[in-house]
Amino acid sequence: MDKFHSLKGIAAPLPIVNIDTDMIIPKQFLKTIKRTGLGVSLFYEMRYDNDGNLIKDFVLNTSPYDQSKILVAGDNFGCGSSREHAPWSLKDFGIRSVISTSFADIFYNNCFQNGILPIVVNPENLDQLMTAAKNQIEFTIDLPEQVIKAGNHLIKFEIEEFRKERLLQGLDDIGITLGYKDKINAYEEDKKNKKPWLFKNN
Amino acid sequence: MSNQGPKTLFDKIWSEHLVGQREDGTNLLYIDRHLVHEVTSPQAFEGLKISNRPVHRPEATIAVADHNVPTINRQNIEDPQSKIQVETLAKNTKEHGIQYFDLMDQRQGIVHIIGPEQGITQPGMTIVCGDSHTSTHGAFGALAFGIGTSEVEHVLATQTIVQNPAKNMRISVNGELPFGVNSKDLILYIIGKIGTAGGTGHVIEYSGSSIMGLSMEGRMTICNMSIEAGARAGLISPDQTTFNYIKGRPYAPGTEHWDQAVEYWSSLPSDNDANYDHEIVIDSSEIDPMVTWGTSPEDVVSVKGTVPNPRSAKTENKKKSIERSLEYMGLKPGTKITDIKLDKIFIGSCTNGRIEDLRKVASIVKDKKIASHVQAMIVPGSGLVKKQAEEEGIDKILKDAGFEWREAGCSMCLGMNPDQLKPGERCASTSNRNFEGRQGRGGRTHLMSPELAAASAITGNISDIRDFT
Repeated sequence: MDKFHSLKGIAAPLPIVNIDTDMIIPKQFLKTIKRTGLGVSLFYEMRYDNDGNLIKDFVLNTSPYDQSKILVAGDNFGCGSSREHAPWSLKDFGIRSVISTSFADIFYNNCFQNGILPIVVNPENLDQLMTAAKNQIEFTIDLPEQVIKAGNHLIKFEIEEFRKERLLQGLDDIGITLGYKDKINAYEEDKKNKKPWLFKNN
Repeated sequence: MSNQGPKTLFDKIWSEHLVGQREDGTNLLYIDRHLVHEVTSPQAFEGLKISNRPVHRPEATIAVADHNVPTINRQNIEDPQSKIQVETLAKNTKEHGIQYFDLMDQRQGIVHIIGPEQGITQPGMTIVCGDSHTSTHGAFGALAFGIGTSEVEHVLATQTIVQNPAKNMRISVNGELPFGVNSKDLILYIIGKIGTAGGTGHVIEYSGSSIMGLSMEGRMTICNMSIEAGARAGLISPDQTTFNYIKGRPYAPGTEHWDQAVEYWSSLPSDNDANYDHEIVIDSSEIDPMVTWGTSPEDVVSVKGTVPNPRSAKTENKKKSIERSLEYMGLKPGTKITDIKLDKIFIGSCTNGRIEDLRKVASIVKDKKIASHVQAMIVPGSGLVKKQAEEEGIDKILKDAGFEWREAGCSMCLGMNPDQLKPGERCASTSNRNFEGRQGRGGRTHLMSPELAAASAITGNISDIRDFT
């Protein structure tokens, strides 16, 4: 997995609450069997009209936001389905961090599997960052220090230690868990005796 | 979480499945059953291949194609991409020795319908699937939640998931449900009350006499939409209703283990004095049949109500959000819900595509005709639901009324197959999401119960089942 250490760049303001995964990447793009190539379809229905032409005033279609590495968005970002296509499309576009007041659980988890840092801030700080994003002020996100810098704003954020380490080191989660294979096998042996119906194959 | 003291249903399942702690402090949770469908699995199998990793326990996984599948002419999937995705699932499952119900198998259907139907879903299990509506299986007292594709790969390779415990929320609904009010109204009411982020970080346990009085089908509808309240999982204590439903199904414990299983299942309900992080108590007499007016499942109102006014919003954000929804939905504040005219009716989905739902619809539309300006479609949740409905003559009643009778699949709940709304079309839908574009670009979705959708099909307007004779 890609590492995440620090990030410097422009942030796109998206002041909408409850941005759902259907908005982030609509259903017709879920038919792929690949993880890549979805960036062009990110926020498809907001970005393109019915004929597939760019909607000029949508933020990600305007300069400099078409080069955004960060999104600043309204509450409950990523609600809806479990599709990992949502973080895949964000990443393929170039977005490596999303800032909001809250995230849906599955989306939040999926971000970390893909080297994307979702950051939760309080409503007051979100307002400040939204304004900074609108003013095209460059953001710096420093993961080791857990801080966002944007103009005069210096905002600390919380992140669980294991998630931070995984991003910093770009760890392979499956590889780590396979290191516990003996424990998994022992668990299964124990349950085969205690709950045999769970291991009966029909 | 302490090992002593009273425990919730969630706490009990959690501690039974804890394999251990990794050095990074995270917990490894064992997964009893893994359900797989064609949309969220190809990249996971590809990941295994790249890393040359086998599937740890293939017999714990069951696969089915549901999202992409046509509901007519199913021998031939016209969309080449959908076709590749379905074929890829067939190939991957064969390669790894995973049970797969193909499109011609009568057991094929929506993954969350067939799990319970086959008896795969059982109390006390941990169940995951790359699909957010995995919460459905919580109706059996199983800890079941949706996961992303990277986690699908992790479960395939290790039969575990990296997880930290959720918080416990209990929603108790007490009293007899008023006439015309059923499980769909109940869960829509709950989502309206706590909001789409109300359950974030929590597992919601539903309890109280209204909940425990529901059939398994009704309980599944409730747990199914837990994710629309932000909770990854919903739970209902297993009881005799649960055991009766499971007994004799193909994957249920056989006679040699049945008593032992029931004894264990009976130990699962939350202890009386268990502690919850959050508690909500609802009196069911305050609930009406419910309908959504906007583009989030929390945008819900009584069928007797009106479209809200943005000016009544408490915050600037909420005001903007209502304005955006009303513009998309083409609705004016103050409009009576029952004055909203419909173009399409969709009955089906993992929320309301079970035999009980189809029976209710049939009882309402029997010897009637759908309104002339309406197109109505009914998509059974599985091949076996379809077969049973046909044996009961339900298909004939529905077809006589003017409904299209389709093959099983997710269909217009998310419109990955050809069943979609056209821009501006308005649909009464028994599904679970009314997001912008969900059922087709520009399509307008009103979520409601099968009873309301059936009555609305006949009148052509959103209708209150209580006025319907």
